[in-house]
Amino acid sequence: MNLYAIRAIYKFEMARTFRTLLQSVVSPVVSTSLYFVVFGAAIGTRITDVDGVPYGAFIVPGLVMLSLLTQSISNASFGIFFPKFTGTIYEVLSAPVSWLEVVIGYVGAAATKSVGLGLIILATSSLFVPLRIEHPFWMLSFLLLTAVTFCLFGFVLGIWAENFEKLQLVPFLIVTPLVFLGGSFYSIEMLPPFWQTASLFNPVVYLISAFRWSFYGSSDVSVSVSVAMTLVFLAACLLAVRWIFKTGYHLRT
Amino acid sequence: MGDKIEHEEQSRPAISVSGLSKTYASGLQALKEIDLEIRRGEIFALLGPNGAGKTTLIGIVCGLVNASRGKVLVDGHDIVSGYREARSLVGLVPQELTTEAFETVWDTVNFSRGLFGKPPDPGYVEKVLRELSLWDKRDERIMALSGGMKRRVMIAKALAHEPRILFLDEPTAGVDVELRREMWRTVRRLRESGVTIILTTHYIEEAEEMADRIGVINRGELVLLEEKRELMRKLGRKKLTLQLAERLHEIPPALAGYRLELSRDGRELVYTYETQAGRVGIAALLADLNAAGIRFEDLQTEQSTLEEIFVSLVKGER
Repeated sequence: MNLYAIRAIYKFEMARTFRTLLQSVVSPVVSTSLYFVVFGAAIGTRITDVDGVPYGAFIVPGLVMLSLLTQSISNASFGIFFPKFTGTIYEVLSAPVSWLEVVIGYVGAAATKSVGLGLIILATSSLFVPLRIEHPFWMLSFLLLTAVTFCLFGFVLGIWAENFEKLQLVPFLIVTPLVFLGGSFYSIEMLPPFWQTASLFNPVVYLISAFRWSFYGSSDVSVSVSVAMTLVFLAACLLAVRWIFKTGYHLRT
Repeated sequence: MGDKIEHEEQSRPAISVSGLSKTYASGLQALKEIDLEIRRGEIFALLGPNGAGKTTLIGIVCGLVNASRGKVLVDGHDIVSGYREARSLVGLVPQELTTEAFETVWDTVNFSRGLFGKPPDPGYVEKVLRELSLWDKRDERIMALSGGMKRRVMIAKALAHEPRILFLDEPTAGVDVELRREMWRTVRRLRESGVTIILTTHYIEEAEEMADRIGVINRGELVLLEEKRELMRKLGRKKLTLQLAERLHEIPPALAGYRLELSRDGRELVYTYETQAGRVGIAALLADLNAAGIRFEDLQTEQSTLEEIFVSLVKGER
């Protein structure tokens, strides 16, 4: 294992994070605060409790997931897209590193940032609503697992994308709708039966549901199914990255 | 027994390329069945026009390009199955100036060292930066540096992991004379420390100045592979043209020993000589001209350029 290489990539990516602290941390915090003001304070007071949880508190796990998913994908995809775009990727490609080492370095740094961001958003939300976390260990585990999985997905996306447009396309057209329709702002039990069934095909439903369970002890779908689904997705992304580095897809000519 | 193994290691080529072909997805055949051995410790210059396949060849050895067919061994390690051993021996300075923008010189060179699996060694990195006159710039962001300085940063990055084999792809393209001289000095120092160097270039004088052996590549084929001295002797002719003060009707017998040509109007005297012949005899010629009472107003010398050599080489093959 080339530990020095992992450390070099990780350090490089974290330095990039700190250089762009304003856009990568402050802007998600501001936008999340806006959600709280609009949905929690303004509209939320007119909505009854969901599963015995005040609406303002109910949306916290969903909001954290919303930021976690979008930021993980955009951060990790940009981290690998940019060296590809400028050409500095040549160094990583010519280095004695395995695909796994490259992934641990890039995805590890992106996930670190995402988890940090998630915790900052949680802390911010505790200023607006009374928070209750029933299963702190599971809460942190879900945070970590989701961050790693979607950073990995973002990494694949960043290699796949040949231009900035494609880089933005998937997050905007696929991920944002899935997150909004994944029960960030409602329990899927509130939906008509047809849409409840349709929602079960949305992977984000499982993530948000399990995450909400770690806070309030109740969930739309079984927690173990959620974990299993996430792990399957994680494994699929890992296989994709392995294949990419084996064949050189969009990396080597 | 131990001696024998040591001897085998010494004589093993730094790089061995056999039957290497590359066809890009576009259908362009960039390399055709290349066979080439780079000797340990030599400076090898790969010459050829744009698009000849030089960068593709380097790209395959360094892991940037997938070969279509063939095999490459770096110090006996296959570049695919033994990529870790092979790549840790190789440093690459690519042709394009592709550097980070916001990182400092110090950080980026240390990054390269770590990436290639070497433990931190500030002393060594300092030495590299000092040798490349980058030490004063170590805390500056790369984007604040001039093009020449960025080129040095790329060399420093390639040297950061103490490679045994160094690829320089057009190292002096767009570089000023001073920096070019400095790079030549750096390359020589590296060779003295036992590093094998492969450089591609357009400039004949660069190959002439630096290389032990020269390979010429054209349209994906290695058309020539020779010791530099041999090649220069064959092809590196120089021409001295003298503009005479007075018209000359014929070359005086006293100068018959020189390879001289008189222009038709009698105003120019052309002397052809070989640059690698040791004593080229210009001084003697000038003294003899003086003794013969032939005065000249001006003189100029011309050397065959790589392009000319190349054209004559390709023509000769047809």
